[in-house]
Amino acid sequence: MRALIRRDLSLAWRAGGGALIGVLFFLTVVVLMPFAVGPDLALLKRLGPAILWLGALLSSLLTLDRLFTADHDDGSLDLIVMSRQSLELSCLAKALAHWLASGLPLIVAAPVLGLLLNLDLDATAAVALTLLIGTPALTLTGMIGAALAVTLRRGGLLLAVLVLPLSIPVLIFGVAACNAVVTEGVAFGAPLSILAALSLAGVVVGPVAAAAALRQGLD
Amino acid sequence: MRLSGIGLACVRGGREVFSGLGFELASGEALAITGRNGAGKSSLLRIIAGLLHPAAGQLRLDGAAETERTLPEQAHYLGHRDALKPALTVTENLAFWRDMLGGTGGDLADTLAACGIGHAALLPAGFLSAGQRRRLSMARLLVAKRPVWLLDEPTSALDADGQLLVARLMGEHLAAGGLILAATHGPLGIPARRLAIGAEP
Repeated sequence: MRALIRRDLSLAWRAGGGALIGVLFFLTVVVLMPFAVGPDLALLKRLGPAILWLGALLSSLLTLDRLFTADHDDGSLDLIVMSRQSLELSCLAKALAHWLASGLPLIVAAPVLGLLLNLDLDATAAVALTLLIGTPALTLTGMIGAALAVTLRRGGLLLAVLVLPLSIPVLIFGVAACNAVVTEGVAFGAPLSILAALSLAGVVVGPVAAAAALRQGLD
Repeated sequence: MRLSGIGLACVRGGREVFSGLGFELASGEALAITGRNGAGKSSLLRIIAGLLHPAAGQLRLDGAAETERTLPEQAHYLGHRDALKPALTVTENLAFWRDMLGGTGGDLADTLAACGIGHAALLPAGFLSAGQRRRLSMARLLVAKRPVWLLDEPTSALDADGQLLVARLMGEHLAAGGLILAATHGPLGIPARRLAIGAEP
């Protein structure tokens, strides 16, 4: 399991690995948003958490596409299936490596981008915290779609269709928790707990479902 | 140790590739699988590797040293796709597969030298030629010990020296009590029984 995490991380950070593609996409979406919305500071502040969460969700969709296809195309997936480690653990390892390589940079970038959206310190911290708790759920549910789409040509489009409904609850509760900080008098703990529950459920269900999908899709 | 297949059938895309296929292989024996293109040589190897579900029939592995392991966990599969990452160096690629496939140490540099690519150990795998990639794939079979070798055209892309190398490695594996199933069009360079799939060309 450690070997797989180490390899995926070093692949992600080398030339052509694509760890930075997600962050660059996130950056692009968020930087363009103030120009589209206009220089209304109050409006930007109100929309800020939603924009950051949308950017994070879309960029995770963008990078999840390659989670299994690269290994499938060069035959690595065959050997991973034949290894003496359960496929569920291998899937969990790949998800963890993917989150470290492309989820964590989003969380680091979010506070910087918060400045562009006129978010104050509290709101920025809330966005970073909810992303930290919520992005594992995005990765883990996305992994199920990536595993289902792996044997299909042009599976990327299918991935978005499969994963989007599963991502919606994460988006709703992530933004709800952030808005609770921006607008006074709404509970912050409840949506945050549900977000954590989604991530924890993802840790259990994601690897099992992805491994089942991979076994089914072998050819 | 004895590996046998009974009444195996393979269906790809709704079309039957082969059916009623049986074979038996004991420790120290090699089986050369021959047949025209599309006869199902690679499919048979993938079925034995557990990467394809047979439409019928069963596989048995009797008398294995590690009885709790399944057949795919005791087999090495060398396919057309060589599972090498172009961005990682030759040594990194080999070290990863050693760890992943349950290898137990051993000196990677020695293995690479034995396979004739010791000079390229620190080169990214993306710069290797097809023959060198094949040699690196063979090195993978040596760093993790598994008794069953499933080789899909092991000598393709190799020069004369490389073909001799593969023959020697296969000979050593058989002498150590291993089993080899190889899909091939040419001679393997080791004594092997033949299993012809489908009509001969």
